[in-house]
Amino acid sequence: MSFINYASREINCKIVYYGPGLCGKTTNLQHIYQKTAPEAKGKMISLATETERTLFFDFLPLALGEIRGFKVRFHLYTVPGQVFYDASRKLILKGVDGVVFVADSQEERLDANIESLENLRYNLEEQGFHLEKLPFVMQYNKRDLSNVSSIEELRGLLNPDGVPEFEACAMTGEGVFETLKAVAKLILLDLQKGRR
Amino acid sequence: MFGPQSPFVMYDEELKSITAVIEKLRRESNSKVIFLVDKNGQLIASVGETGHLDTTSLASLTAGNIAATGGLAKLIGEKEFSILFHEGEKDNLHISIVGGRVILVVIFDQRSSLGLVRLRVKRASQELDQIFADLARKTAEVEKSGGLRGPFAEITDDDIDNLFR
Ligand SMILES: Nc1nc2c(ncn2[C@@H]2O[C@H](COP(=O)(O)OP(=O)(O)OP(=O)(O)O)[C@@H](O)[C@H]2O)c(=O)[nH]1
Ligand SMILES: [Mg+2]
Repeated sequence: MSFINYASREINCKIVYYGPGLCGKTTNLQHIYQKTAPEAKGKMISLATETERTLFFDFLPLALGEIRGFKVRFHLYTVPGQVFYDASRKLILKGVDGVVFVADSQEERLDANIESLENLRYNLEEQGFHLEKLPFVMQYNKRDLSNVSSIEELRGLLNPDGVPEFEACAMTGEGVFETLKAVAKLILLDLQKGRR
Repeated sequence: MFGPQSPFVMYDEELKSITAVIEKLRRESNSKVIFLVDKNGQLIASVGETGHLDTTSLASLTAGNIAATGGLAKLIGEKEFSILFHEGEKDNLHISIVGGRVILVVIFDQRSSLGLVRLRVKRASQELDQIFADLARKTAEVEKSGGLRGPFAEITDDDIDNLFR
């Protein structure tokens, strides 16, 4: 749920990066943080375990610019992907405006991707959201590795509805901004249509 | 805040009233900083010595904190914990939920006390609750008349592309 502030002429939108453990959600945010000008970003907060697995969430506030005199801010969150952190994932999804699903392209993670996507759908519905009605984009990450499934196979299993999809290597940043831009655009278009 | 799909809207008039209430609360409770955050972690208003504070991070972590303790509450059969208190060496945090909708955070030191803060927060909460109830009504009315497209009804693809230049 976006926050339109007529008093300060700002609009805030919340984007959540979802996906199985180790798929590269935190790496996406780290790349965005590194490549964004200082004046356009706030501090990145990572609540992580000692082994750098996300424990609760990562948070990165972005203020990319203005549209029609309104400052547009995006609050980026990642969820913890490990299966047993489900209670935390539900909390992070509250008030979400748009979702990026980061899939791990490695063959052995195919089941984990499917499970995580089902989990996303389920957790959203519990809060009265439907994935089909939300701004939603798909990222096939880790395309640099050799043991990856084909895009056709991933698409068939994870993206039958054909939402905008991107191949990525979050480690080098390939596809990261394209993904962010696509979900941001869907959110703003929803606002334009008065749907959010 | 007003259902999952509709945006949370703030207008000048309400922000002024809200800021007046929390400024009064700050004076009467002798506290250093007060801020209001929506449950999704977006900062609504702040007063006091906020210059050295990263209020955006504070807002997000406060909401995370409330969300986590709210989850804990449900697990033990409570609706929510409406007050959280964190005691530091110098500064303390008093966090409370106002009208089930927004989070009120008071930062205070030895110039005040938990008792005083708690007392003053109670009264300010009632006033804030009223303002947010009015705001919710106003938003619902505007929405019903189809007027909530706000500043974005007219945006173009170019506007959006320009954001990412
Ligand atoms: N080869 C390769 N490795 C990647 C890529 N993206 C991320 N990684 C690596 O994958 C590991 C996990 O990345 P994270 O970003 O921490 O994964 P996460 O999705 O946040 O994991 P959780 O916090 O447990 O949910 C790290 O070692 C990254 O460097 C990629 O595109 N290619
Ligand atoms: Mg992570």
